[in-house]
Amino acid sequence: MRKAFGDVVALDGVDLAVPRHGRLAVVGQSGGGKSTLLSLVAGLLEPDAGTVRVDGAGDARGRLAGCALMPQKDLLLPWRSALDNAILALQNRGMPRPQARELARPLFEALGLGSFEGSWPGELSGGMRQRVAFLRTLLAGKDVLLLDEPFGALDSITRAQMQEWLLEALAYEPRTVVLVTHDVEEALFVADRVAVLSRRPGRIVAEFEVDFPREGPRREIVTEPAFVVLRVQLLKALE
Amino acid sequence: MRARLRAIAPPLVVLAVAIGLWQLLVWALDVPDWLFPAPSAIAADFGRDGGLLARNGWVTLREVLLGYAVAVIGGVALGVLLHASGALRRALYPILLASQTVPVVVLAPILAIALGYDLAPKLAIVALVCFFPIVVGAVDGLRSVDDHYRRLMLTLDASRVAIFRRVEFPASLPSLFSGLRVAAAYAAVGAVFGEWSGASAGLGYVMLQASPALATARIFAAIALLSAISLALFALVSLAERVAAPWARQERARAG
Repeated sequence: MRKAFGDVVALDGVDLAVPRHGRLAVVGQSGGGKSTLLSLVAGLLEPDAGTVRVDGAGDARGRLAGCALMPQKDLLLPWRSALDNAILALQNRGMPRPQARELARPLFEALGLGSFEGSWPGELSGGMRQRVAFLRTLLAGKDVLLLDEPFGALDSITRAQMQEWLLEALAYEPRTVVLVTHDVEEALFVADRVAVLSRRPGRIVAEFEVDFPREGPRREIVTEPAFVVLRVQLLKALE
Repeated sequence: MRARLRAIAPPLVVLAVAIGLWQLLVWALDVPDWLFPAPSAIAADFGRDGGLLARNGWVTLREVLLGYAVAVIGGVALGVLLHASGALRRALYPILLASQTVPVVVLAPILAIALGYDLAPKLAIVALVCFFPIVVGAVDGLRSVDDHYRRLMLTLDASRVAIFRRVEFPASLPSLFSGLRVAAAYAAVGAVFGEWSGASAGLGYVMLQASPALATARIFAAIALLSAISLALFALVSLAERVAAPWARQERARAG
């Protein structure tokens, strides 16, 4: 597919597929059309040429119904508690607040946020805010999660913790994921397939399978030879 | 509590010093009461004319509160309408802005001709004075929402109404309350102008009656009561903001 804004071609000839419950990471430099890609998938934009399908649905409305987007900025509403931020989608679909809260509580417990349910966004750290934002995305109940540099604003230590937490969360609630990031390590750690997007006009210049086993703590995985080799290849493709 | 005290104490001290100086100057220069009364003379007038001031103060208070209420309802409704319809906003908002070049209070005599000498023209003038800052506060607040929130809400299955209810309206409250506070400060001015254009009661009427009688202390007493009404309304609006949008103060504190 192709998408241009005026004379600026953001994406050209991009052809990607993600199997159900697969995890695709798209790496590329900042301002390289990565967010445009997610907006196209989410049905917030229409491509100029080509098609985008989400679970069979090709029209914008159908795609919008099948995807939930998690932006880089957490966009938590300061007038809602953590729990009430997470249940936005349920309420938007007409579920009464008490019922939506009951539904969300087990997820908060299971993913280690039980004691933060009642906190206001202003009281939470950056990492915690992103966790709440992710739960809000999960609770939308969509099959496809579009993560737009979800941890880009965090420091590297918090980011590493968040990546591990994300894998735990996805093990608990499996979903199809498209992760956009400029962090090569993050892509290799989280995704099972990594696509490299070039600078404008954005094209897919390389695709890698992440096929080595990823068990054990993060620090061991990211120093394994297979990981390092792929990392070097990815960095090369980015140049 | 200590922080509140620290906020309130300095202006109170300044006010007390100013009143003290005023009192001293009037004594020292031996200014007659009809020309410029001392604070003590004004206080004494409250004792003498207490009943009269209370009766007329109540009339003005009613005009202020009712007119303000009309402005709040109308202003918020129009703000929402202008926000909901881009065409309407483009057509009406510039006219609304331009209309402010007409000092609203000068319409008071016209309103008195059209609506008579009862409550209606005063209510109308108060509402007109308060209306504009409220509409602007509402429209600006509703428009201030970052488009990223709308996109996010769309992927969270939000309808247009849900976006308004859960994001835009709450987000607009700090700006709306700024408008409401400005309007609260204007309301009493509107009521007095309304009364000056024809009335048989109210603090504006008291002032008009006191002027030819050279009862200057009574005019000052009426002014003091009027500003107390304004202050009370202002405090009420601030209290309402604290209840309705408690997060706004924290956000402001963080931004500042």
